Amino acid sequence: MAVDSLEKPAVTVTPPSEPPVSKVKRRKRGVSGWMVLALVAGIGLLMLFPFWIAIINAFKPAPDYIANGPVSLPTELDFSALVDFWGGVDFNRKLLNSVVISGSVALIAVALSLLSAFAIGIGRIRGRVWILALFMLAFTIPQEALVYPLFVLTRDLGLYDTMTGVVIILAVLQSAFGTYMLSSVLGTFPPEVLEAARLDGASRFQVLRLVVLPLTRPTMAVLMTFFFIWTWNDFFLPLVLLPSADNQTVSVALGALSGQYTSDPTALAAASLAGILPALVFFLLFQRTLMRGVNLGAVK
Amino acid sequence: MSSLTAMRRRSTSERRGGYWWYILPGAVGFLAVVAVPFGMNLWYSLTSFRGVGDPVFIGFENYQRLLGDPLFWASFRHSVAFIVAMAILPTAIGVVVAAVLFNFISPKFGSKVASFLRATYYLPQILPIAVAGVLWKWMYQPQYGIINTTLRDLGLGGLAQNWLGDSDLAIYAVMNVLVWLQIGYTVVVFMAGLSRVDPALYEAAELDGASWSQQFRTITLNQLRPEIAVVLITTSVAALKVFAPIFVLTRGGPGTSTIVPAYFSFSNFFTTTKVGYGAAVASVLALMISVVAVALLRYQTRNSEGFEDGRG
Repeated sequence: MAVDSLEKPAVTVTPPSEPPVSKVKRRKRGVSGWMVLALVAGIGLLMLFPFWIAIINAFKPAPDYIANGPVSLPTELDFSALVDFWGGVDFNRKLLNSVVISGSVALIAVALSLLSAFAIGIGRIRGRVWILALFMLAFTIPQEALVYPLFVLTRDLGLYDTMTGVVIILAVLQSAFGTYMLSSVLGTFPPEVLEAARLDGASRFQVLRLVVLPLTRPTMAVLMTFFFIWTWNDFFLPLVLLPSADNQTVSVALGALSGQYTSDPTALAAASLAGILPALVFFLLFQRTLMRGVNLGAVK
Repeated sequence: MSSLTAMRRRSTSERRGGYWWYILPGAVGFLAVVAVPFGMNLWYSLTSFRGVGDPVFIGFENYQRLLGDPLFWASFRHSVAFIVAMAILPTAIGVVVAAVLFNFISPKFGSKVASFLRATYYLPQILPIAVAGVLWKWMYQPQYGIINTTLRDLGLGGLAQNWLGDSDLAIYAVMNVLVWLQIGYTVVVFMAGLSRVDPALYEAAELDGASWSQQFRTITLNQLRPEIAVVLITTSVAALKVFAPIFVLTRGGPGTSTIVPAYFSFSNFFTTTKVGYGAAVASVLALMISVVAVALLRYQTRNSEGFEDGRG
């Protein structure tokens, strides 16, 4: 939203690619036009409604909620529910854990993806189609089919309930997707550029660092954003492999909330808001990347 | 064969060989995190392993028991419900909404209005599912939750329900959350798909006097076919895997009314510690998902200029 409005200064000029009919249409919106707009805007409001209701009730004093219900605006701003939740679950700690884990996973996974994709897309190593099929298996396989052995292996290696263990596992799983995406990007890399670099006597590593890396930076930025957010949102493996409160991520801390918060009607709203805030920050920061990147996963 | 060609061949193979070093980290990671654990899981599924001591081989007994276990069948029946909620409904709604935004709202009210609306639909997608779960659990709460208080305020108190606590309703309540979560994804993908459609098609249809719904059926649906197929397959895979919403909202309950394969295997692993049995459930789930994923792979390689273009 914010990013979008900064981008294009004026919309009065219809882009040339648009059909000329739309210009005619544009002038006569008509009653039906406004009705359709009202309908889609109504759906949009429904989508946003849970966010709105969480925000207003997170700051509502509990007696106000009991007296006036969840829809009304708070009579006064009351931060106590938010403060109670923040302190009660040591939310700062969870935020730090999530940042460390998501950041490390994103960096390691992108590096792994680039190395593997370099061998597959540029090096065209033998059996690359099978290797890619295996990598695809790695990110489609349900984690339930890996979790118990991963639990046993991390326990035996002393990596159970450590961030290192979870970072390694998630980085490998996500790099499988990254390899898949980057290989197809590198597969269409202009061969003349590579040939020229080779003729200049560049080694493979120099080609990777000085030619491939700069030219694929945009794709890698998209991948890194996605890896970060996926890890932030990830639930299952962090739930199983990071049981202690000191290592929990934001997602797991919220998902594992139980009884103690359900008696106070505004406590869960405050908890939701605490979970929404970082997600909202990422959304505003990365909106364009996200919208562009969604298609990366769906249709090449 | 001249020595020159032989030399050249050797140098190419050397060059190729050198690339194997670059896949080594990824390959080691794959072995340690995917291949070995998956093999171990298969092995556990053939044993009566209970998490302690050594696994004892029992052949296919776990799989035989699965076939007679009503809970196993129930969990896959619920998967069908979640395919409806995560794949079919969001795709159907997403196509229509994307077409309205792209072909109707955008030309009449400007692309900014359309992209703003798209952003509002997409917003739930950015939430960690756990957070979405907490939020909806709070709204579904029977005494003070917003849904029931609003119904009572409207004089419809008779419709107020214990949404997540009623074994007939819980699955619909969970499905509703998933539709809310998924619509944004389909709208964004389909709008991007529409932007690659040649506007001349709509122009010609317009000149022929085709109505909006005719254009939607003949042009939009046809042109979006690749996106629709890919979205249906990827979201169906996601639906088969669904775990977090169940864990947060219902833990498979009340009773077993919302149990899904992922949660079923999880509770076998870590609640009842029937590891062998849980491993068998997970293996069956993996098999089903692989079937769907292979469909996706075949579809994508058919539709993209793959890596086997004879270069290199």
